[in-house]
Amino acid sequence: MKLHTIHILVENRAGVLSRISGLFSRRGFNIESLAVGTCEEAGMSRMTIVVLGDDAQIEQVKKQLNKLIDVIKVSDITDQSTVARELALIKVAAEPGDTRAGVMQIANIFRAKIIDVGAKTVILEVTGDSEKIDALETLLRQYGIKEFVRTGKIALLRGQKGIKSMK
Amino acid sequence: MKTGAKLLVESLQREGVETIFGYPGGAVLPIYDELYDAPIRHILVRHEQAAAHAADGYARASGRVGVCLATSGPGACNLVTGIATAYMDSVPLVAITGQVPTFMLGNDAFQESDITGITMPITKHNYLVKRAADLGQVVKDAFYIAGTGRPGPVLVDIPKDVMTTQLEAEPPIGRAKLRGYQPTYEGHALQIEKAVSLIGEAERPLLYVGGGVIASGASEDVRRLAELMLIPVATTLMGLGTVPCDHPLNLGMIGMHGTEAANYAVTECDLLIAVGVRFDDRVTGKIDAFAPNARIIHIDIDPAEIGKNKPVDIPIVGDAGKVLQSIIRRLIKKEGRETWLARVRHWKEEQTVRDGDDGLSPAYIIREMSDLLGDHGIVVSEVGQNQMWAAQHYCFRRPRTWISSGGLGTMGYGFPAAIGAHFARPDETVVDVAGDGSFQMNIQELGTVVQYKVPVKVVVLNNMYLGMVRQWQELFYDRRYSYTELPAVDFVGIARAYGVDGIRVEEREEVRPALEAAFTTDGPFVLDFRIEREANVFPMVPAGAAINEMIGRRQA
Repeated sequence: MKLHTIHILVENRAGVLSRISGLFSRRGFNIESLAVGTCEEAGMSRMTIVVLGDDAQIEQVKKQLNKLIDVIKVSDITDQSTVARELALIKVAAEPGDTRAGVMQIANIFRAKIIDVGAKTVILEVTGDSEKIDALETLLRQYGIKEFVRTGKIALLRGQKGIKSMK
Repeated sequence: MKTGAKLLVESLQREGVETIFGYPGGAVLPIYDELYDAPIRHILVRHEQAAAHAADGYARASGRVGVCLATSGPGACNLVTGIATAYMDSVPLVAITGQVPTFMLGNDAFQESDITGITMPITKHNYLVKRAADLGQVVKDAFYIAGTGRPGPVLVDIPKDVMTTQLEAEPPIGRAKLRGYQPTYEGHALQIEKAVSLIGEAERPLLYVGGGVIASGASEDVRRLAELMLIPVATTLMGLGTVPCDHPLNLGMIGMHGTEAANYAVTECDLLIAVGVRFDDRVTGKIDAFAPNARIIHIDIDPAEIGKNKPVDIPIVGDAGKVLQSIIRRLIKKEGRETWLARVRHWKEEQTVRDGDDGLSPAYIIREMSDLLGDHGIVVSEVGQNQMWAAQHYCFRRPRTWISSGGLGTMGYGFPAAIGAHFARPDETVVDVAGDGSFQMNIQELGTVVQYKVPVKVVVLNNMYLGMVRQWQELFYDRRYSYTELPAVDFVGIARAYGVDGIRVEEREEVRPALEAAFTTDGPFVLDFRIEREANVFPMVPAGAAINEMIGRRQA
């Protein structure tokens, strides 16, 4: 069992997200994260799904996704050379003084931006791979995380290679 | 100027639709108004579930796409069981539903249900058409998706205001071209080469064939491969009729209620050639013990079926007929194979067992029916013991003459499906083999057969039980018959009340004359056979056991 990153090119139509999420739930596949948005190809969206499973399960995931009429292309890019990012917003308890200075120092090290400052809290914005965000979350926990929200992972193949609609 | 409803009906005509099974209601009134004088025959059923099953039966008997029509809300929801039945058995179906007007969508309007949401997991694809201009292309694509690749049901949901929209100009309709849907028909050449050499080397090969062969029209190819290479053939429930029952290489049905010959052969074979099958649990029993000594070639048009339940050695994605033809072309006729064929023959001889006693045995009724109909019948079944007795004891010789709900196991399927089968093949005698439980699930369709003079014959194997459940209670629940006993019903009386003729049969000697009376009557007919109440379907592989661990023996 390991985490796989699946990249899907889909028709940008009403209901396509529910077709895909429904497929995952009824076939018992475990979604870790899912990110979707429009892309450079007209009428299409790109989706990045992180799934936990063994090789046979991932094979089924890919085949079942391919059966959906609105799915144009499915690629498992786990073992390929990719860049991948997640974005997180973290609201941390940070009273003015030493605490706030400590939070800001950690933010600096992680190249996180402070995008909101309140009387008793600050909000950090950070991008990076999952491990980086996990590490930042762990460090900030001692100060008290009030709210934490993160997107799913998005990924692209490095260099010239790409995932295009032409099969 | 033309309305969306008119465009819809014209699009259906363009697809060659001659018959629709449906039930009107508020949200489909504009479509019904168009159907009033359209050259399409509409069969009014008595419950929308029957419309879906009838369209399914029509599709299975003919190989064409079946069409059903229902109103929004309850009408659409009543189609659900029928759509799911078609989905599980890969039957090409287009279901058209009315919907509340677009401006009311999502407002819990009267008779609104989110039928595209509801049917997403049980359709190959579905559409909610929000613009009248899209209707023509959607219908084109829907029929294309339903009838090609691995066939399946497609639902088209049309809001009422889309039906009444006046279109200035008719938008052009291209041929169906979907960038996310391109089925593979030709098998991969290298894989075919590998299959050819495995078949050439095998000492104890077995063909395991199912519904995909019927759908592909590949029955003749299966028979040719079997005869060329001297390979015995086991068919699934869905594959009955692929090879004639009395063909020397036919082993009969494989699976939970399969024959000894088929189930033993799969256990001992060294090469399993699986064609148009999906290694369903009712076929394989304990999956690890299925074909334990065999290398496996799996030919299927749906790549997702290959390796889903059982790892295979040679996967071949493609149309069963095309792939088999490529394989056959490369093979050299096999001589001999005496040991394996003798072993298989021995099982076949051993499996026929004790003579049925003097009682009214279901096996006897089915065999008499088979004898009388010869090559002129289509047998449709309900689900349960009646289905298994029909599958075991009727001699199927041609594809598309056995119509049964295999995957979903839908009680109540048979009677409406038989009505659909009649409209597809009016030249054939269509018989619904039923149980008293199943028949009562869609018994209201007696109204339909009377209205349209549908000469379907209903053979009720009446044991006043939900027989298959009772059998499991007898065998595995210490004979505690919890809620499986049904009081006696006078089916002949019910039939007569609708205007259908019928006979009740209680003695063995009356069986043949009663069947003859039914088959020579022009109209519909109901035969109420009061069979031995606790007759069981044997042999049987208990759930979870290996496929060769069979209990009980088949009645003669």
